[in-house]
Amino acid sequence: MMTFFQQYGSQLVLKIWQHIYISGLALLLGTIVAVPLGILLTRVKRGAATIMGIASVLQTVPAMALLALMIPIFGIGVKPAVVALFIYSLLPILRNTYLGMMNVNDTLKDAAKGMGMTNTQSILNVELPMAAPVIMSGVRLSATYVIAWAALASYIGAGGLGDFIFNGLNLYQTSLILGGSIPVILLALLTDYLLGKVESLVTPKTVSD
Amino acid sequence: MLLKMSNLSKTYPGGKIALANFNLEVDKGEFICLIGTSGSGKTTVMRMINRMLNQTEGTIEINGDDISKMDPVKLRRKIGYVIQNIGLMPHMTIRDNITVVPKLLKWSEEKRNERAKEMIKLVELPEEMLDRYPSELSGGQQQRIGVVRALAADQDIILMDEPFGALDPITRDSLQQLVKDLQERLGKTFIFVTHDMDEALRLATRIVIMSHGEEVQVDTPDNIMRHPKDDFVKELIGKDRLIQARPSITTVGQIMLKNPVSITPGKSLIQAIQLMHDKRVDSLLVTDDAGILKGRIDVESVDYSFNTATSVSDIMDTDIFSVPSDSLIRDTVGRILKRGFKNIPVVDQDNRLVGIVTRAALVDIVYDALYGEQHENGESEAHQDDNSESGDQS
Repeated sequence: MMTFFQQYGSQLVLKIWQHIYISGLALLLGTIVAVPLGILLTRVKRGAATIMGIASVLQTVPAMALLALMIPIFGIGVKPAVVALFIYSLLPILRNTYLGMMNVNDTLKDAAKGMGMTNTQSILNVELPMAAPVIMSGVRLSATYVIAWAALASYIGAGGLGDFIFNGLNLYQTSLILGGSIPVILLALLTDYLLGKVESLVTPKTVSD
Repeated sequence: MLLKMSNLSKTYPGGKIALANFNLEVDKGEFICLIGTSGSGKTTVMRMINRMLNQTEGTIEINGDDISKMDPVKLRRKIGYVIQNIGLMPHMTIRDNITVVPKLLKWSEEKRNERAKEMIKLVELPEEMLDRYPSELSGGQQQRIGVVRALAADQDIILMDEPFGALDPITRDSLQQLVKDLQERLGKTFIFVTHDMDEALRLATRIVIMSHGEEVQVDTPDNIMRHPKDDFVKELIGKDRLIQARPSITTVGQIMLKNPVSITPGKSLIQAIQLMHDKRVDSLLVTDDAGILKGRIDVESVDYSFNTATSVSDIMDTDIFSVPSDSLIRDTVGRILKRGFKNIPVVDQDNRLVGIVTRAALVDIVYDALYGEQHENGESEAHQDDNSESGDQS
């Protein structure tokens, strides 16, 4: 254990940083795209099924294949990895945003409209706060996926903790395999915990204390 | 004319007619109840007024302006809206809930705060409640907030869609009273959708009875009870209620005997017994010089205390039951009968004695009700003419 840290300590920090960078960027982009898209889908109900269908199909493409497919378009490195992971992060966020917004009590939407809120005001003041916990749990789910799959990004030269795992597999060194996979697990758990905190922060208060 | 609806129709794709040729003119301060079975178009009419629905044909004018030419968002901010499921925002405090529309209208925070306090006082809830959330309030309290939320931006027209349908009878009763009171005090105009005839009769200045998207009868509660237009209306009102129509629309003032025999507290017992003898009554109501009811004396107590007391004030019974002259017979008849008094003094708002209701007068009411039942087909009308003079003071 000590020898592992002595030998790979500085590398480990770098790999962890790369891993966080790749998955964080993918998740951020995914959220920026999927949340507004999900909200939009609740307004133009006709396209909703199609878009959700496309996102579902993308989700079923094997991670490895999707990463490989990115190479002819974006070459190798961080860029194709981020794009691929971004595509994966879309569906859970999109689906939860759509469902969260659709499940806001019709009475509230009717009241908001009847009192004279514009569409945007109704979304920002009523629907989004009510749907926030559901949307946030979609983001949490995506985060866990993205962190796990980011390990595969090493295959297309994006770096990250996957480098340790694949090197370990090639050289048959258990310490490298564990040195890569344990941090991935810890990273996923920590992220889930932190996003859980965020989720309770965005859950609107409904009782005074 | 505040609100004018002309030739309104609503046809849904596929040909379903929700509303056909609806016409109604509403004056400021009126309380209009739209009543009918489900699918009668009553909610459709109401929701067209704030453009939650758009009519297929016809026009709605508010103060002479065609609302279809207005911005629906601006229009809705000028019209109060109360719905059956209350629809308070669970993530906003009561203060923020009350002032949703003022906030949309960009009132300053100070002014909004002021208004929230004013509004919560209006519905008789404590000011501390402003910082609570809707889930911490009872259903009745929530709907009280729902009602003032519709008034907070000084809306002139308030739309209510079966607002008290989900509440228990006691809560509903107090909210009806509140709304009626607000209408009378603030001069707001209410358009109130209900399927509860009792509610409509109690609140409305005019009732619009609807069936299958058409108006059946539009009139005051009194006239609808007296002259139901057809069998549908009769059915909707209910036979029981038609029989009870008289007590439910007659006030105590209409059946009371005027000029009851009364005496002032300073008079001697001899004068009292003489007055009883002259008027052939066995009890007297005691009033002061201003006519304010103070108590009552009867012949037994005069007889019993004749040697020990000298003036009326010494022996009068001050713990007496009286009814206001503008209360409805429907609300008071039970109380009068249950207490077993021979007669009940009637007072005005200042507690001045104005008359007396005798059991004999109540017998007439009951007689009319039963007689009316045997002679349906509208004949009961003839026997319901004014017979308030026929009772006598015992």
